[in-house]
Order: sequence, then C-alpha cells, then structure tokens
Amino acid sequence: MALSVNFVTDLQELFRYPFMQHALEAGTIVAIIAGIVGYFVVLRRSSFAAHALSHIGFAGAAGAVLFAVSPVYGLLLFTGVGGSAMAVLSPRAAHRDVHIGTVLAFMLGLGVLFISLYAGNSSQTYSILFGQILGISSGDVLLTLAAGVIILAVVAVVYRPLLFSSLDEDVAEAKGMPTFLLGIVFMLLVAVATSIAVQVVGVLLIFSLMVTPAAIAQQLAKRARTAIMISVTIALVATWLGLSIAYYGPPYPVSFYITTLVFGFYLLVRFVYRRVRPLTAYRAALKET
Amino acid sequence: MSGNTIASEIVAARNLTAGYSDNTVWREASFNINRGEFVAIIGPNGAGKTTLFRLILGLQKPLDGNIEIFNTEPKRGNPLIGYVPQRHGIDSETNIESLELVRLAYSGKRWGFSLSPQDREAALWAMRDVGAEELAHRSLNVLSGGELQRIFLAEALVSRPDLLLLDEPLSNLDLKREKDLVQLVNRVVRSRNVTALLIAHNINPLLPFLDKVIFIANGKVATGKPEEVLTSESLTDLYGVPVEVLHDSRGNVAIVGIEQHHGDE
Repeated sequence: MALSVNFVTDLQELFRYPFMQHALEAGTIVAIIAGIVGYFVVLRRSSFAAHALSHIGFAGAAGAVLFAVSPVYGLLLFTGVGGSAMAVLSPRAAHRDVHIGTVLAFMLGLGVLFISLYAGNSSQTYSILFGQILGISSGDVLLTLAAGVIILAVVAVVYRPLLFSSLDEDVAEAKGMPTFLLGIVFMLLVAVATSIAVQVVGVLLIFSLMVTPAAIAQQLAKRARTAIMISVTIALVATWLGLSIAYYGPPYPVSFYITTLVFGFYLLVRFVYRRVRPLTAYRAALKET
Repeated sequence: MSGNTIASEIVAARNLTAGYSDNTVWREASFNINRGEFVAIIGPNGAGKTTLFRLILGLQKPLDGNIEIFNTEPKRGNPLIGYVPQRHGIDSETNIESLELVRLAYSGKRWGFSLSPQDREAALWAMRDVGAEELAHRSLNVLSGGELQRIFLAEALVSRPDLLLLDEPLSNLDLKREKDLVQLVNRVVRSRNVTALLIAHNINPLLPFLDKVIFIANGKVATGKPEEVLTSESLTDLYGVPVEVLHDSRGNVAIVGIEQHHGDE
C-alpha cells in the first residue's frame, strides 16, 4: 500500500477495502457531528461533562460486552441516562462539576467491575478505550448514520434557543425560554455524539474530536456558524488524514494520528496564529494611515 | 385615581413579602411605579434587591401580599420587560461578536436555524440607540466593562420593552463610565418613555436623574422620591438604629450610623 504519484489512484486505493470504506464513512459522520456538538460543549464550558460522559459510556460499553451485545448500545444507554442525570441534578451549567465528578467515579468503578467479570479477550476493552475505527462493520456505519441524522435534525430545531441559552442563560430564563429542557436536550446530544465518536477515537481520546476542534474554531471565528464550519472542517481533515497516514504510512493506531493532527492544529492556532494576527492587523492599520 | 393613572401603572406592590420558604428577606412593601419613571433600588448586600427583580420577572412567587406588572400577575417571559442581570464580565474565551448576542436576544426564542435580516436590523437599531454601533462586529471578550454594559443594554432594548430591569450595571465601572452609563439610561428612559429600575450600591451618580428610590434594608422597604426616602428620619426608621444622612455642597449624600461613626451607604 504505497503512495503513487497519481492522486486519483491513491484515492481509489483508499476505498478498495470494505474496512477502509466503513472507516471513512463512519469517520466522516462522527467528525461532522463532533464538530457541531463540540462547539456547544465549548461555548457552555461543558468540556468536563463531555469528558465524564465518555467515561460513563465506558461502563456501558464494558457491560454490553459482558452481555455479548454491541458496545455502542451500552454506550448509548449509559451516556443517555448519565447525561440526563447530570442535567437534572444540577440545572445551572456553571455549578455541575461536583455532581458530574460523583457520577463519573461511580460509573468508572462499575466499568472496572464489568471488565473483571468479562472472561473474553482484552482487545474489546482496548478498542473501547482507544477506538478501533478499522474494525467498524457496515451495521455500525448504518447505526452511526442514523444517530448522526437524528443529532443534525435536533440541532437544526434547537439551534437558536440553545445558542442563546448557552451564551446568556439568565436572560434566556427571564425571557421564558425552556432553559432546563434545553440543558437536558444538550446533554442528550453530547451523549449520542460521544457514543458514536467512541468508535473512532475511544473514550479516553474523545476530547480530540469533541472539544479541541471546536476550541480552535472559537479562537478563529467570532460568528457561531462560521466557527461550527471550521470546527467540522478540522475534525474532518484530522480524521481523513489520520486514516490515510495509517493506511499508507507506518501502521500505528489511527486514533494516535487523529489526536496528533488535532493537537498540531491546536498548537498552530494557539501559538502561531495568535501572534501573526495582531501583526496583520497592525500592517493593515499602517496602510490605512 | 383616574383611569389614565391606572393605565400608566407599571409595577404595583401591596403588602408584598418576599423570600424563600424558610427565610423571609423583606416584608410588607407597598409602592407604585409609573410609566417613564427612573427608579433606583438601593441597599446593602443581601438585602433582597435582586429578589424584587425575580418577583417582577415571575421567576419567584411572593410569600405574601400582591404584585402586579402592567396590571396583571407577573409571568416568566413577559416580552414587555428587558432584563440586564448582574454579571461579572464575560469569559475571556467567549469569542462571539456582540451583534450576534443582540440578534439572538431578539430572535433566540424561536425554534429553528436561520437568522433573518429582520433581527439584524432590530439588533443594529438597538445598538445604535445606545451608541454601540461601532462595537457590532467586535467580540464580547475584548470589550471594556462600559462597552459590555452598553451591549447588554442593547440586548435588553432590542425587543422594545416598556420596563427595564438593570441589576448592578454600574459595578466594576470607573467614575467616568459610571456617569456615561447613567446618562445613557436616563436618555433611554426620557426619550422612549420607558420605565427603568436600576439596582446600585452607590446612589450618588444616579441622584440627579431619579424619580423614585426603593431603599431595602433590615428586612424592610422604604419607597418614595429621593428627598423623602433619603432623610435621617426615614432611614433611622428603616435600619432600626440611629442613622444620619449627610449632604455635601454638590448634593451628594452619605449615610452614616450615628453611634458607629463610619460611612455605610
């Protein structure tokens, strides 16, 4: 599987095997969803909740494996219940850390129990923790697609109220907007997005798709829709490039490549762009005078 | 009372008692606030100034007595009220342009995705009205305290309310910006015949413009024109300890406990 000079042939080669097709399809859906939901995660300062949800999902996935069910069902069940519980226990977004941490620790303990009870091989556990994008079946792709379509539809409906209540919860509440309900809807969106993203990067690396691209985008754009587009683009580019490098280059785990690429974008924006931007503005101002 | 007076009554409280089930914050307040009045709500920390706003906004029920807003019971989401909550600045990472916030204050309640040119026009109008048009495309996290307060005021004004509730907009502002903002609120009140209730710690920058003062302290509420409420007699009655109101040559007041001999505004 070496790179040729012909880009079209290389691209065709990438799609030759079903496992690569499934990986690209699921990876694309996950990147789009994570990029969108991640923007709200960053805006609401809920990255700890997203992180915790993936760990809660770990217990669900481990339990599903124990009962010989696909891990994604366990993920959906546990993150859904866990996310709603977080939203209900403490409705005000700013004060959730302690409640989240409490639920998170209990769930991780449960996951450890399920793993110790499971007598099968440990590769299942490994893929839940770190992702196994190359092991995605056509059934998984369909499930990912269905979850992705549902998330997109819900975001399209709640976009404006969710954006406003994320930015200004007090005024939204006074305006009679259903902030409590929106909090639950948001946590369920994160729950479903996390569940499908685990296939690609695993529960431990979920930040790389759910938080970092959106955090980078928020540095680059001050309009929500532009930032969401940038966030999706970064997640997509990292996923596609990560898969291609793993296919053509050294065969290390895809999630390693994805997280490294996302981190590279982060460093670039954090340290290079932030220094270049004031310079550009300064030169533009000089030209005007 | 003539029919016209009734129609212009924006807030009416009768023997109003506020608090939480196990804790009465203040009791038996009776007052009227009429259309076009600029009213300051003054009192020490924790006296229950924000509680009054929560009652008006319908976010909290009175423990006893009765309050009417526009001659009806308070209800959450009243479009005739513009609210600026107390805020401690904007998160330094919140890189969102101010126009987007004001637009969302106009149309954020509607479900769906698209932003219309109509809400853009409404937002720009509100920003122009508070002299913040040039801030429209600047991000919230780079604005100064005074600039942020103007954006929040535009956010409250965008739905063209009849009643403005401003919770400590002057805190964290230097003297110059404090004066600018008070003059701006006064201009909005006078030019658009809006009623404004403004919570503050220091009454002095507001004094030249006020129609009424609501003074909350010691679980009690005193209401009236500034010259009626800010007297040694009235405040002694309110605090329950001897208090003297001192005036300087420019009309500023200082409220001093007679026995303690230290300033306590």
